Amino acid sequence: MYWQKEQECMSRSDLQALQLERLQTTLKRVATNVPFYRNKFNELHLNPDKLNSLDGIRDYPFTLKQDLRDNYPYGLFAVPLRDVVRVHSSSGTTGMATVVGYSRKDIILWSNLVARILCGAGVTPDDVIQIAFGYGLFTGGFGLHYGAERLGASVIPISAGNTKRQIQIMQDFKTTALVCTPSYALKMADVMMDMGINPNGLSLRYGLFGAEPWSEAMRQEINERLGIRATDNYGLSEVMGPGVAGECGECNGLHVNEDHFLIEILDPDTLEPVKPGEVGELVITTLTKEAFPVIRYRTRDLTRRLPEPCPCGRTFTRVSRMMGRSDDMLIIKGVNVFPTQIEAVLFEIEGTEPHYRLIVERENNEDKLTVMVEVVESIFFDEMRKQRAFVDSIRKRMASELGIGVNIQLVEERTLERFNGKGARVIDKRKL
Amino acid sequence: MLVEQIAVFLENKSGRLAEITAVLAENNINIRALSVADTADFGILRLIVDKVEKAKEVLKDNGFTVGKTSVIAVEVDDKTGGLAKVLKSIKNASINVEYMYAFVNKTGENAVLIFRFEKMDEAIETLQKDGFTILTREQICAL
Repeated sequence: MYWQKEQECMSRSDLQALQLERLQTTLKRVATNVPFYRNKFNELHLNPDKLNSLDGIRDYPFTLKQDLRDNYPYGLFAVPLRDVVRVHSSSGTTGMATVVGYSRKDIILWSNLVARILCGAGVTPDDVIQIAFGYGLFTGGFGLHYGAERLGASVIPISAGNTKRQIQIMQDFKTTALVCTPSYALKMADVMMDMGINPNGLSLRYGLFGAEPWSEAMRQEINERLGIRATDNYGLSEVMGPGVAGECGECNGLHVNEDHFLIEILDPDTLEPVKPGEVGELVITTLTKEAFPVIRYRTRDLTRRLPEPCPCGRTFTRVSRMMGRSDDMLIIKGVNVFPTQIEAVLFEIEGTEPHYRLIVERENNEDKLTVMVEVVESIFFDEMRKQRAFVDSIRKRMASELGIGVNIQLVEERTLERFNGKGARVIDKRKL
Repeated sequence: MLVEQIAVFLENKSGRLAEITAVLAENNINIRALSVADTADFGILRLIVDKVEKAKEVLKDNGFTVGKTSVIAVEVDDKTGGLAKVLKSIKNASINVEYMYAFVNKTGENAVLIFRFEKMDEAIETLQKDGFTILTREQICAL
């Protein structure tokens, strides 16, 4: 099943010709409309008119998340705000947040690309699709919502949270397709058991999961426990949101919507292309986005190309499910968390370089973040009431900064090991 | 009128209290009174010692987080109602007790009550007005 067969199954040579043409147009547009890109291209004496092969992209500079932050909020928009019909933002409050915009045409494109992924996963206009991603600045909820409507499925925009209600509605509304994070799907299975509901008695057939790393073992567990076919889909707000890539019914890697995104897989250290099939960092250039094009965006997600053609007939390159990160970002309950955000809050409170450790665990299919904080004199009180109030205040500050709840554990001074590298401050005990 | 107390942060793990007392003993510091406030995750140890500065220094050197606060030591007869009288006086002045602990002196005749109040100055005034004996640090150490 295809949503746009002509594109999804086009020959590789036609695809490459289309990509090149679109790449040239995009580079010219950003050089004209976005000072950030224009200045960078000028510095490197790059002339988009002279680009004559897809490999030519390798001369162009990368775009980093920090560039998006530095140009907060609208600095990288390539159209006037008048032409922007939607704005989304990644997690993190001011200073750490990134903002992306969509023109009317971008929204239509986004809807179609998500519709492709839904269609590839098996969803049809006859399906009832329950979207348990958060609606709001996060792209997950709205992205899947628009795609599902475009496809013609019946959408239940339930948003995240309240698991019992999710299950009740799933049962009553006869949901056939579920959209959420894979860990939340397992959590639902647990709660169904508690509620005495047999998943086999539900109408559920498909699960479209994304927004966090998972594994083949988790897929098996979800499939068995919920009696569905689980597929993976991938996207990130900086590039578009969901709809960048998704699995077809073969459940063996994600097809990248290559007519709209040019991908590279690079060694994160040398920034040279990895050998075919080797793991590297996914770097994406948008080919058709109007309001917020990005050139060589370093996603920091690690994946590899699956070189064999897919039996489904799609010609788009497949990549493996995301295998990790090339930076220290954590994905907790589908929310992106950087240790530096936590460090900044602690620094503000303590007034000195904080010593802390982050412990990430998965208990009953739910992620749990514990921040261990060394108690220094400036945050130590002899009165229990004040000490507890202090712990509550950090907890609240963290929750508002990160967008997820955290546990705070106070530990004695000098008990946390000292590290030079920041990554070592994180202990991720989750077994996916 | 105020007595200095040191407070030490404790994680709830075995042997920490033993370590603290060992450090103090090695340095010839005498503990006059102590109390532990604890929750599921951590505790706060409060100590009245004969050498406050020295105690703070050696504990810090041994990696403990140490704070210093002022408390009030009230001496009462060690008989029924001794504490009740003090608390009544404090209650009448609408002063809150943050925490308290007590010990009995060597002769066994008097009890010493250690208080941390919300309003320390007002508490001293009230206790003096009502005729209670407030001990100085020297007096406590001499007990």
